Amino acid sequence: MQATNILFLILGLGCFAFYLGRGRSLAIAKPLGGIRHLHSLPSYYGFHAAIWCALPSLILLSLWLVFDDLLINSMVMDALPDIDAPTDAASYNLLLNKIANIADGILPRTAENSALIAAADQMINLRVISRWSLTALILTLSLVGLTWAWSRTAQLFRARPVVERVAENLLLACACLAIFTTIGIVFSVMFESIQFFRSVPFFDFVFGLDWSPQTAIREDQVGSSGSFGAVPLFVGTLLISAVAMIVAVPVGLMSAIFLAEYANKTVRSYVKPALEVLAGIPTVVYGFFAALTVAPFLRDLGASFGLSVSSESALAAGGVMGVMIIPFISSLADDVITAVPQSMRDGSLAMGATKSETVRRVIIPAALPGIVGGIMLAVSRAIGETMIVVMAAGMAARLTANPLESVTTVTVQIVTLLTGDQEFDSPKTLAAFALGLMLFSVTLLLNIFALHIVKKYREQYE
Amino acid sequence: MSKPVNNLEKIRKSLNRRNRAEKRFRWYGLVAVLIGLAAVAVLFTDIISKGHGAFRITYMQLEVNYDQDLIGINNLTDPEQLMLGDWQAIPKVALRNQFPEVSGRKDKRNLYKLVSNGAGFDLKDRLLANPLLLGTSETIWVLTDDDIDTYYKSWLDGEPYAARLSDKQVTWIHELHDEGKIRLQFNSNLFTRGDSREPEQAGIRGAVMGSLLTLILTLLLSFPIGVSAAIYLEEFAPKNGWTDFIEVNINNLAAVPSIIFGLLGLAIFINFFHIPRSVPIVGGLVLTLMTLPTIIITSRAAIKSVPPSIREAALGMGASKYQMVLHHVLPLALPGMLTGAIIGMAQALGESAPLLMIGMVAFIVDIPGGFSDPATVLPVQIFLWADSPERAFIEKTSAAIMVLLSFLIIMNTSAVWLRKRLERRW
Repeated sequence: MQATNILFLILGLGCFAFYLGRGRSLAIAKPLGGIRHLHSLPSYYGFHAAIWCALPSLILLSLWLVFDDLLINSMVMDALPDIDAPTDAASYNLLLNKIANIADGILPRTAENSALIAAADQMINLRVISRWSLTALILTLSLVGLTWAWSRTAQLFRARPVVERVAENLLLACACLAIFTTIGIVFSVMFESIQFFRSVPFFDFVFGLDWSPQTAIREDQVGSSGSFGAVPLFVGTLLISAVAMIVAVPVGLMSAIFLAEYANKTVRSYVKPALEVLAGIPTVVYGFFAALTVAPFLRDLGASFGLSVSSESALAAGGVMGVMIIPFISSLADDVITAVPQSMRDGSLAMGATKSETVRRVIIPAALPGIVGGIMLAVSRAIGETMIVVMAAGMAARLTANPLESVTTVTVQIVTLLTGDQEFDSPKTLAAFALGLMLFSVTLLLNIFALHIVKKYREQYE
Repeated sequence: MSKPVNNLEKIRKSLNRRNRAEKRFRWYGLVAVLIGLAAVAVLFTDIISKGHGAFRITYMQLEVNYDQDLIGINNLTDPEQLMLGDWQAIPKVALRNQFPEVSGRKDKRNLYKLVSNGAGFDLKDRLLANPLLLGTSETIWVLTDDDIDTYYKSWLDGEPYAARLSDKQVTWIHELHDEGKIRLQFNSNLFTRGDSREPEQAGIRGAVMGSLLTLILTLLLSFPIGVSAAIYLEEFAPKNGWTDFIEVNINNLAAVPSIIFGLLGLAIFINFFHIPRSVPIVGGLVLTLMTLPTIIITSRAAIKSVPPSIREAALGMGASKYQMVLHHVLPLALPGMLTGAIIGMAQALGESAPLLMIGMVAFIVDIPGGFSDPATVLPVQIFLWADSPERAFIEKTSAAIMVLLSFLIIMNTSAVWLRKRLERRW
């Protein structure tokens, strides 16, 4: 039986259990003179039965699905004759894939791989056994649960607290998913990074000036020993982010000030959503725009001034990224500026200051922590931005601070190292996870710090 | 006694300067806003001016003959014959009949390049749909090659672009044009076909289906989980370190770069759980994790906006806490939650970076029909096309962007509309 079918079976049994439990409570209530003699409402008895019927089965199902493939695979591989037994992890996976493909009928059953065919047959057998025993187990478990719930249903049985406790735990589990995601991220990048740092020393990675991740195919190949110095990537990332910030911060901040302090209500109600359109445009669109419109335009413009501008210049990628970040900064700045108490404005204006003097000398200083926090969030966003740089920035790692040249970034390298076919033990792929770890830690620190500042600032005026 | 007068004078003198500074400052603000608006305008006009052409494509009229000997088949129900048949011969012969003066191998090869190299298979499909056509001939509009399409459109616009065409091919196109045998038609291929290496045959149907499947999964997972988490955090969570930790986590996840979620998906779902690459299941799971923080944060705001008096009234009438939440708070907060869900889905629809990591960049021709079929999504399709060297793909990419943007605009306006319509002021 398919896993989805089993899932539907469990859900169906759960519904059945609900009606059974509810019906039983109604039946108990009837001779007593109505449901007001029961401890809980009849539907709670129904939910109680449904929980007992479906919840254990669901847990069993998910555990089974996680582990049955692993178990079957190891059983199949153990049963292989010794001559065919793989020696290392790579050939182990290759062989396993072969067997699975024969079992699925993707590879033909030819005479020369009789050992594999036997293994594939065993795999099919085990899969069938696994599915049917799972079905049988789940049916028994559900029926046992149902009987238990049925036997517990009585006039004074406190069904509501039980159901509510289970529901609360389910809600808690949903909320904890955020923690599991963080743990998952940390573990997935950490694990592979540690493996990477085993072959490439940490300090060579963080302080090395040369990035060329090609690894040698032949031992004696020239210049492809693979050097993993990440400094050029960090510099490239910072360069592009700096260009983006130079575009986004003044424009975003000034438009926030204009909209908050100068514009009348109608202008504000039209201009604000129009600016926020920029935030809703997918980054891949910005990437296309940067690569096909802005970059050629800047190249031709530079050529007409006698400057040589690369067609993958940091300026094009960073400028377009800046445009993307404008609404982010302007809406955050708008929030903090409007949060500055009106009394401070009134005080300054009453002293004879002009509006711009009030903004510059009173409002901005008062809102500064919030604005700084917002800018830091924007920086973390620029560092982690992927599609624009993948499409519009270069691939070659160059150590330069000239925005007219092409540079590459951390995210570009992660994408280039990880797209396409890959083996998991080469330093080339693992390097991507090490870069991911760097990216995650830097953005995490920036975010925590920025969120802390913004929160503190908010408390100040609340 | 002279000091106050002096001060007054000073102020009067500086007044002009200060007023000018005031005006300047105001101008800076206005210019900033205008730069932002100009960016929106430039972006949209650029995309539309590049992409509007892709909705029409060039067809040419040919007198085709479904000759049995030519194709090499006599039985339309025999799959082997259908596979081995020389379908491309039909348009080739038709082209030779159209231009009988062409001779020489090179010229003939150039001539054959006028029609799309999928034209033969289109004719095969047509023949299979009407088996009676076998052995007869008819006059039909046939898809042209992308270079011809690019040239013909650019020539109609007044700036011919013939970089990849020979002079002879250009003359033939003009002959056809003079005879009225070449024209632009609505490009239905764009909406009915999957990806292709040939620009004239490439369509976004596969990518749209992939996006749809991925989004369905994302919505089914992230909405219930997000709402439950929000309910727990707003209504049930005790104020302790653990809850604070959850909150910090959620806020941080909302700001983690999306590519990191791709790494997570690659390491956990693909390498650990061995879910196949490129399938909407993995895409949906990764996007669920990515959109969860957004949905939780907006749902919490929606729950927060329900006034406490409602809760107190429910509790006062003897409802349990769960009854209070399920029967009163949740229905009132639902519009806000739905808005949050739509915004989260719009974010997921436009996202491509994490999907690159989990192999949804593969070149996939078939249109996915289920959650476990290899698929790609619309933004990734745009990325792939933008990388293709053929000039005709620029137009296609812009058209795909226009489709993506219209989906996003529909989703976001419906979110705004929903908020306006259902929002309650207390």
